[in-house]
Amino acid sequence: MAVNLEATWREASIAGTVFEPGNSVEYITGSWRTLRPVRDEERCTNCMICWVYCPDSAVLVKDGKVVGFDYDHCKGCGICAHECPVKVEKHAYTGQPGKVIQMVEEISVQVGK
Amino acid sequence: MVKSKIMALDGAHAVAEAMRQINPDVVAAYPITPQTPVVMTFSNFVADGLVDTEFIPVESEHAAMSTCIGASAAGGRVMTATASVGLMLMLEVVYAAASLRLPIVMSVVNRALSSPLNIHCDHSDSMGARDTGWIQLYSENPQEAYDNVIQAVRIAEHPDLLLPVMVMQDGFITGHGVERVEVLDDGAVKEFVGEYKPAHSLLDVDNPATYGTWAMYDFYFEIKRQQTDALSKAMPIIVEVGEEYGRLTGRKYGILDTYEMDDAEIAIVVLSSTAGTARMVVRNLREKGVKIGLIKPRVFRPFPAKEFAEALAGVKAVGVLDRSIVFGAMNGLGPGPLYLELCAALFAHGNTTTKVVDYIFGLGGRDIVPAHIEKAAQDLAEIAETGEVRQVVNYLGLRE
Repeated sequence: MAVNLEATWREASIAGTVFEPGNSVEYITGSWRTLRPVRDEERCTNCMICWVYCPDSAVLVKDGKVVGFDYDHCKGCGICAHECPVKVEKHAYTGQPGKVIQMVEEISVQVGK
Repeated sequence: MVKSKIMALDGAHAVAEAMRQINPDVVAAYPITPQTPVVMTFSNFVADGLVDTEFIPVESEHAAMSTCIGASAAGGRVMTATASVGLMLMLEVVYAAASLRLPIVMSVVNRALSSPLNIHCDHSDSMGARDTGWIQLYSENPQEAYDNVIQAVRIAEHPDLLLPVMVMQDGFITGHGVERVEVLDDGAVKEFVGEYKPAHSLLDVDNPATYGTWAMYDFYFEIKRQQTDALSKAMPIIVEVGEEYGRLTGRKYGILDTYEMDDAEIAIVVLSSTAGTARMVVRNLREKGVKIGLIKPRVFRPFPAKEFAEALAGVKAVGVLDRSIVFGAMNGLGPGPLYLELCAALFAHGNTTTKVVDYIFGLGGRDIVPAHIEKAAQDLAEIAETGEVRQVVNYLGLRE
């Protein structure tokens, strides 16, 4: 059940207690992000280091392969990019040398480069 | 009425005795003068197997209240005790306990705050915690401290409130002063407080809940509004519990304890043990024909604004006796909190004719004697006659 963000003070739960386990998934913490991780899919070796380190479980994996990021919950901390061990000479998205995962300005993605 | 036995107890032992009879699930406390005999005596009860309580000795008052919060959220009936700088050290989590709507009961044995370091009574400590969202009850003597602690459990746990309650008494003056105390049968207290059945609890694994959550500008405001709503419902519940306690013991409790107020033209307002001294002064002055009365508020939070406005309607001059200073208030004049709250109450209820003056007294345990209160009464009689207030903030017992 979705949290009713329009709940009045009479309707809100006492002391803000959460009675629905696991509803933090509805909290779009990705809106805090100022930097966004981007991954060079072609050169990614699926070593899963980013998946291990991500503190927000925002690295999405399917059938043993990284398939992308959960941008609703990724806060843009940059740990994945910092820990990524695979080097590239020219990143498919940024065009820059560095690693398979690189951080770009969120605003540049949202308004277009 | 149930049978009571009469014991010679100081206020601290009287509170410990009440705690033994309440038999809370968890007590987490740190000893501090003059609260020490509360915790010491209660821990003896634990060691002697007289209670089922899990007693948790902690490393500080901050840890004491934090432990109480966890235990209360887990569904336990929880109590603690503190004083003075101990209350200040725990203040961060004192706010949290009320905001989390946890019905913790805390005995506070009033003591001055540092500096200078002082172990004797004034009300700076509990007045420093007056805006934390707790209900505050003040006790005149060991009997009231005992009775208030027992009633506090019922008030705190009332489903419409779920608010923590602080029960104050004056450090050393009543905390260490032995008096006659009527102690109820253990069974009567057990029945009166009943079993605590929390609506929600951290340990209810079938209905998991998260306590102490995060709320930004989206929900924080609504949650604060809920707290004020709960506090606004407290007065009738405090009265209801006080009346039920009265039927049980013959000692009925309300909001304001009034004495000789019916035709009073001047009145003294004072909290806790000094009310006893003031009552004697009022009695003596009444014998001389002075139309003076006394109001001892038992409840400071929520503040009984309506009750005061009613009780003081038609009174010409009121002298508030404050045992702490609100530093910086009124251009730095520094009246006490009771004065400020009382003025606001009268103004809000349309009473702009009663003159109110403040008397700061008893800081750091400075004695207050009948002559001081007689001096205040003389001032008040003069103000009532002339309608003129020469000095708003006055001092009793200060070397000037």
